[in-house]
Amino acid sequence: MSAKNVNPILELKGVGKSFGNVVALRDVDLSVYPGQVTCVLGDNGAGKSTLIKILSGVHKASEGSFTLSGEEIEFNSPRDAMAKGIATVFQDLATVPLMSVWRNFFLGNEPKKWWKPLGILDMKMAKDTAKAELLNMGIDLRDTNQAIGTLSGGERQAVAIARAVYFGANVLILDEPTSALGVRQSGIVLKYILAARERGVAVIFITHNPHHAFLVGDHFFLLNRGRMTASFVREKVKLDELIQAMAGGAELDTLTHEINTIRQD
Amino acid sequence: MSPLTTTKSDERVQRVSFLTKALRRPELGALVGALVIFTIFAVVDTTGHFADLQGAAGWTHFAAPIGITAIFVALLMIGGEFDLSSGVMVGTAGLLMGNLVSEAGMGVFPAMLITLVFAGLVGFANGYLVIRTGLPSFIVTLATFFVLKGVNLAVTKLITGTVRVDGIDKGDGFEIARDWFATKIDIAGAQFQVSLFWWIGFTIFATWLLTRTAFGNWIFASGGDANAARNAGVPVARTKITLFVMTSVAAALVGAMTLLELRGMQAGQGIGQEFYYIIAAAVGGTLLTGGAGSAIGASIGAAIMGFAAIGIPYALWDQDWVATFLGVILFLAVLVNTWLSKQAKGARK
Repeated sequence: MSAKNVNPILELKGVGKSFGNVVALRDVDLSVYPGQVTCVLGDNGAGKSTLIKILSGVHKASEGSFTLSGEEIEFNSPRDAMAKGIATVFQDLATVPLMSVWRNFFLGNEPKKWWKPLGILDMKMAKDTAKAELLNMGIDLRDTNQAIGTLSGGERQAVAIARAVYFGANVLILDEPTSALGVRQSGIVLKYILAARERGVAVIFITHNPHHAFLVGDHFFLLNRGRMTASFVREKVKLDELIQAMAGGAELDTLTHEINTIRQD
Repeated sequence: MSPLTTTKSDERVQRVSFLTKALRRPELGALVGALVIFTIFAVVDTTGHFADLQGAAGWTHFAAPIGITAIFVALLMIGGEFDLSSGVMVGTAGLLMGNLVSEAGMGVFPAMLITLVFAGLVGFANGYLVIRTGLPSFIVTLATFFVLKGVNLAVTKLITGTVRVDGIDKGDGFEIARDWFATKIDIAGAQFQVSLFWWIGFTIFATWLLTRTAFGNWIFASGGDANAARNAGVPVARTKITLFVMTSVAAALVGAMTLLELRGMQAGQGIGQEFYYIIAAAVGGTLLTGGAGSAIGASIGAAIMGFAAIGIPYALWDQDWVATFLGVILFLAVLVNTWLSKQAKGARK
């Protein structure tokens, strides 16, 4: 799939954000396409969280333009962003561990039956849908009644992703979904990122792990000290280049040199 | 987890699933405990009436007022908050309603309505202050507790000159109200308080609310992880404030029932009851950290208190030991419940 023949669903142009006299983001350009995984890579303090918060409606950009499906927009709250189809899955704050899988799946969007204001849950529909939707994403659960805390970290993230996709997210923002996970668990999450991509969702994958990004990404944007320092497309980049660019190229060379000097002693 | 889960045999998968299912029920521990305690008291009983209908009329009379409030205290605790003012609210409500009838000359039903609305406002204040200040509800409602405790005594003395409100039985509609809220009903020769039926009704209502409605989902989520709930779009503040209002109104209803039954109210009524409610909820499998529990569990907890209150004198033991007994039960029950919830949570990564 190439970026040239589709219009971006979400576009940032010259976006900046400052808190008082601290500039967190400056002149950031970002284009996100449906059915593609856009990776935003950055080390600690690069401005990843600020960028997520602007995208998900927590903060407003201080400058620049934010367009969604070609229209310039401004969000006042995360609910606003959700209503426009932008869903954010936060790293550890996506699910309630003691609640069952199906209750988590429909949390905040409970299906109701009979007279809606009474708020009676349509439990059969909820359980069946949760099971079917998770199966669609390749998560086969014996029982959606089990507490979501009994699932592994990767599976929990996967449920959160499936939930966002089911509730009509066009843009799915994933905040460091693999950072707290082991190798196998990360693999599971990466698989679901691709499953969401297959369904035409524009995925924004925010991470500091170039290895994970390289496995699933179509576009790579590098964030460093609040600026977009580089961007790549999948076909034209190698993993090594990505790692190099992420660590600031020359900086990593110096570091490697210094480490080698120490080791030779 | 256990090596069982790694084995890929169908029978074993079934077995683990069944076990997990049983462990997941929060009221399981309480139910088993209640059966054991009931059996023990039935065995040591010297009157021959503990296990029959008369005994049941006795322990339900004690347990129903505790149960009615404890159910809503449990919902509030599942939602992640405490209400230490729920006990004193029983007294406040009874005194307010009594004074409205005997001093202000109002009818019993209008007085009761005003009392319930007043309790709702106190509950709203509790909830609003907890949300707005971000202080723990333990502190906020402890403050409410002491404020109301002082008001109960001071205002009662100011109005009646004594520490008691009387004369409710002279109010309009007293007999009808008593028929509804404080009469005795004969079942096969045993005199059951009508509060038993209110208790059963509220248990069913609260269980339905908690497990079958969207609001119930929000209660679990607000107490389980308020941040995750907010991220998913749950109105956490509204949910919690509603729970505070419900708890306060339930306590006030118990206050009104007590007033109608006793035809009067002491200024110190209800104080200390908040701990009975919390014990009943905790014994019934409600997590003190919020996020899990059941209304049926709280009712079972209240029933266990009824067993002790009747069973201990029936065994001709000194009644002073009731509190000690409840203390031990509380500790054991929470110990077991915590272990059970760990099993249900599973290994987290």
